[in-house]
Amino acid sequence: MNASLMSLEISVLGLGLVLMLADLFMAADRRQFLAYAAIAALGALLLASFSGFGSCGLTGTAFHGMFVEDALAVFFKRFFLIAAILVLFISAEFSDRISAGISEYYSLVVFALAGMLFAASANNFTMLFVSIELITITFYVLTSFQRNQLASLEAGVKYLILGALSSAFMVFGIALIWGTTGKLNFNELAAVAAQHADQKIFLLGVLLVVVGLGFKIAAFPFQIWAPDVYQGAPTPTTAFLAVGSKAAGFVLLLRVLFVALPAVALHWVNLLITISAITILYGNLCAIPQRNLKRLLGYSSISHAGYLLLGVAALAGTIHDSTAGGAAILYYLAGYLFTVLAAFAVIALVVRQTNTGDVSDLAGLNQRSPLLAATMTIAMASLAGLPPLAGFFGKFLLLKSVIELGPVNPGYYCLAFTALAGVVISLYYYFGVIRAIYFSREAADLSPIGISGPAKLCLWICLAGIFWLGIFPNTVLNLAVEAAKVLGS
Amino acid sequence: MSILTYISGWPLLAALLLVFVPANYRVIIRFVALAATFLSMALAVDMFCLFRPGTSGFQFEQQIPWVDSLGISYHVGVDGLNVGLILMGAIVGFAAACCSWEIQKREKEFYILLLVMTGGILGAFASLDMFFFYFLHELALVPTFIMIGVWGRGERKNYATYQITLYLSIGALIALVGLIALYLQSGANSFDLPVIIKHVQADHHPLAVKAQDFIFPLLLFGFGILVSLWPFHSWAPLGYGSAPSPTAMLHAGVLKKFGLYGLIRIALPLLPDAAKSWVMVIAWLAIGNIVYVGFVAMRQRNLNLLIGNSSVAHMGFIFLGIASLNLIGITGAVFIMIAHGFLAALTFGLSGYIFHKAGTLEMHELGGLCRRLPFIGTALLMAAMAGCGLPGFANFVGEATVFFGIWSEPALRVVTVPAVWGALVIGAVYMTRAVRNALHGPLPKQWNELADASHLWRQLPYALLLASLLVFGCFPKLLTDKIQPDVKPIISMIAPTPAGVMPVALNSPPAPSN
Repeated sequence: MNASLMSLEISVLGLGLVLMLADLFMAADRRQFLAYAAIAALGALLLASFSGFGSCGLTGTAFHGMFVEDALAVFFKRFFLIAAILVLFISAEFSDRISAGISEYYSLVVFALAGMLFAASANNFTMLFVSIELITITFYVLTSFQRNQLASLEAGVKYLILGALSSAFMVFGIALIWGTTGKLNFNELAAVAAQHADQKIFLLGVLLVVVGLGFKIAAFPFQIWAPDVYQGAPTPTTAFLAVGSKAAGFVLLLRVLFVALPAVALHWVNLLITISAITILYGNLCAIPQRNLKRLLGYSSISHAGYLLLGVAALAGTIHDSTAGGAAILYYLAGYLFTVLAAFAVIALVVRQTNTGDVSDLAGLNQRSPLLAATMTIAMASLAGLPPLAGFFGKFLLLKSVIELGPVNPGYYCLAFTALAGVVISLYYYFGVIRAIYFSREAADLSPIGISGPAKLCLWICLAGIFWLGIFPNTVLNLAVEAAKVLGS
Repeated sequence: MSILTYISGWPLLAALLLVFVPANYRVIIRFVALAATFLSMALAVDMFCLFRPGTSGFQFEQQIPWVDSLGISYHVGVDGLNVGLILMGAIVGFAAACCSWEIQKREKEFYILLLVMTGGILGAFASLDMFFFYFLHELALVPTFIMIGVWGRGERKNYATYQITLYLSIGALIALVGLIALYLQSGANSFDLPVIIKHVQADHHPLAVKAQDFIFPLLLFGFGILVSLWPFHSWAPLGYGSAPSPTAMLHAGVLKKFGLYGLIRIALPLLPDAAKSWVMVIAWLAIGNIVYVGFVAMRQRNLNLLIGNSSVAHMGFIFLGIASLNLIGITGAVFIMIAHGFLAALTFGLSGYIFHKAGTLEMHELGGLCRRLPFIGTALLMAAMAGCGLPGFANFVGEATVFFGIWSEPALRVVTVPAVWGALVIGAVYMTRAVRNALHGPLPKQWNELADASHLWRQLPYALLLASLLVFGCFPKLLTDKIQPDVKPIISMIAPTPAGVMPVALNSPPAPSN
C-alpha cells in the first residue's frame, strides 16, 4: 500500500471539502474569492507536479495495482489540473448568473476534477467505474445548476437518464469480463485476454465497456445527448464537460483497449475506423445548420472526438510497433483544451442571457471588445486546424499516424480522406462564427464589454497555449511521446 | 541568419508590429507595410545578384531543428529553381503593398493580412523542409480567404469566398496527405527534402513503384487544384474577380506558383516512375487549360473575369513544360512561373485601378480609356501583348522554351499543336478584344473625368512589374543560366540514362534573339 502516490488526489479532495466549509464563513458577496483561492491552490499543485514534489514525480502502483502512477497518468493529471483552473476562472465570471450555491459549484468542479485524476490512474475495472461515476454524478448536478432555467434542468435530466443507461451498460460489461476471466486488474487481464479473445460473452463484455466510454467521449452512435446538454448546461459546466469529461473518457479508453486488452483491440481495427469516420462526418455535417453557439460547439466536439479516434484506430493497428497514434491523441487533447476553453470563456463573457446564445449574438464583437473577438477567431481557426495554431499540429500528427498504416490496411487511407472531408466541412461553420463577429451588417448591442482582470488572465493563458502548442510543439510532444510509451509496453 | 530568413521574416515581423499600432495611425501603418515589403524586395534583389549559378547544392542555407522526433526543421536555401521565384515574389509583394491604397476601410487588418501573405509565401518558396513548405503556404493562403470575404467586391463575393476557401482547402489537404505519405514511404524519417533525396539516392532504391503510383496523383491533384489545373480551375476566375486587387496580385502572381513549384521540387525527383506514367494525363489536362479555358476567356464580358481566365490558361503552359520531363521543358516551366507572376500581378493591379476609378469592369461599358488614362492604358496594352506572347516580354521566352521542350518528346508532339495554336491564336483573340473594347474606340461620356495614375507612387508598382517583364524578356540568360544547372539533377533522377534529346540542350540555352 502506497498512499503517497495519491497525495495529489487527496489534496484535491481536501480542497473540495475546504471550499464547502469555507462557504459557511464567507459573506455572500465575497464568494467569488473562493474561486480564486481554489485556482491558487490548484495552481500550486500544478507547479508542484512539474517541479517533482508530490506524487507526480513518482511512479508505481498502489492498492494492489488498482491505482497506477505512470507517465500517461501524470500527463493527464496535469491536463485535468489546467482544465479545472481555467474552468474555475470561467465559473468565477459566470457566478452572477447562478442564483444560489456558487461555492458548492466550485467545490463540485473540484470533486469532478478528483474523479478525473483517479480516472487518469485507474488500472482496474472497479477503479474505472468508481472514477467514472464520481465524474458523471458531479456533472449531473453541475449541468442542472441553474435551477431557474428550464433548459438547464432539461439538460440535467437528459444527461442523467442517458448517463445512467451508459453506466448500466458499463457495469454489465465489467461483470461479463469478470465472469469470463476472473480478472479486473488491467495488467492481469492483458496476460489472459488472448486466450479469451474468441469467447463471445467476453467480447460482449468488452463491447459494453467501450459503449459506456463511447458515451463519455460522445462518439457515434452514443452522441445523442451531447448537443442538448452542451446547449442547456451553464457555460462553465459545458466547458468542463467538453474538455475534462472527454479527456477522462479517452484516457480510460486508451487504458482499457491498449493496456488491458490489446489482443482484442487488434481485431477491432475496422470497427474503430468505421466509428471514427462516422463520428467525424456526423459531428461536422450536423454542425452546419446550427444557430446556437453552444450547440454548434457540441456538434463540433463530437467531430473532435472523431478526430481523436483516428489516433485510437491507428494505435489498434500498431500497438506493438509504434505508439505514434497515442502521442498524437495526447497532443491533440492538449491543443483542444486551450482552444475550447478559450471559446467557452468568450461565450461566458459575451452571452449574458442564457436562453439565447445564438451565433448572431457575436455580431459587432470586434467593436465591443477586440480581445474577445480576436480570441474567438483564433479559437475557431485552431479548431478548424489552421496553422500556426495548436489544432493544426495536432491534426497533422493524427493524420500522420493514420496514413502511416495505409499500406497495411487501405481502410486507413479511407479514414484519412474522411477526416480531410470533415476538416473542409468544418471550415464552413467555423468561418460562419468568424463572419458573425466581423462582418454582420446589423448589431443590436454595441456596448463595450468590460473584462475583469482574472478573465483577461484566463484568455491570455488560453491564447498563449494555442500559439505555444502551434509554434513550439517540442516540449509537449516529447511529454506526449513519453506518456504514450506506457500503452505500447 | 540566412538572408532568406530576413526576406520572409521582415514582412511577418512587420505584421506582428502592426498588431500593436492603433488603427487610426493610417500613415504609420502604410509606411510600415511599404518599408517591410521594400526591405524584403531589396534583400531579394541582393540575393539574386549574389547567387552563384551552377554551384552544386543550396546557397544561403540555414537550418534550425524544430521537432527532432519527427525530423522537422526550419531549413531554408535557394538553388536555381526558387531563386527567381523568391525574387518575383518579393517584387510582387512590394507592388501589391503599393497598390493597397485602394483599401479604405479596416486598413490595419488588411495590411497585417497582406504582410502575413507575403512573408508566408516567400518563406514557403525558400523552405527545403516539406513540413514548413506546407505550413508557410497555408499561413499565406488563409489570409486570402479573409481578404476576399471582407474587402472583396461584386455581388457574388460571399459565394466566391466560400468557393475559394473550400476548394483550395481541399487541394491543400490532399497535397498534405501526399506529403505525409511521401515522408512515411521514403523511410528517411525526415521532412528535410535534401535528406530524403539523398536517402533515396544513396540506397539506389527509389520509392516502390506502387507507393509512387499512390502518392503522385495525390500531389498532382492536390497541387493541381491550388494551381487551377483544368478541370479544377473554376474557383479561380470568380475568386480573382471578387478579390481586392492586391490580394489577386499576390495570389495569382505568387501563391499559385506554390503548387507548380511543389511538383517540380518534390514530386518529379522523388516520384520519377509515377511521373513518367502520368505524363500524358498532365499534358492533356494542360491542353484543357490552354484551349478550353482560352475559349471561356474569349466569351467573358468582364475584364477581371477575362484576366482571371487567361491566368488559368497560362498555367497550362507550365504544366506542359513539366510534362515534357526534359531539361528545356522544365527550365521553360520555371521561367513561365516567374514571368507569369509579374504578368498576373500587373494585369490585376491595372484592372484594380480601373475598377477603383470607374466602378465597373464590364467591357461594354468601358472604351476609349487610353485617352483619359494614357499611363494605365499603355501599361494594360503592354500587359495584354505580353500575355499573348509577344517577343520582348518574359512570357515569350518561357512559352517558346516550353514548346521546344515538348516538341523534342515525340510522344508529346500531338499536344504541341493545339498548345501553340492556343497560345498564339486564342490568346491573341481575347487579349486584342479586351484591348479594343476597354482601351480603344469612342470614350463614353461618363468617363470624361477619369484621372490617370499621375503620382509617382501610383505608377511605381506598374512600372516595376513592367520593367521586370522586359528585363527578363530581353535578357533571359539572367534566369536560364541559374535555372538550368539545377534542373539537370532532377532530370537525371527521372531518367538515369540520358535520353538522346537532352545533351543537345545542355550547351545551347534557348535564348531567343531580341
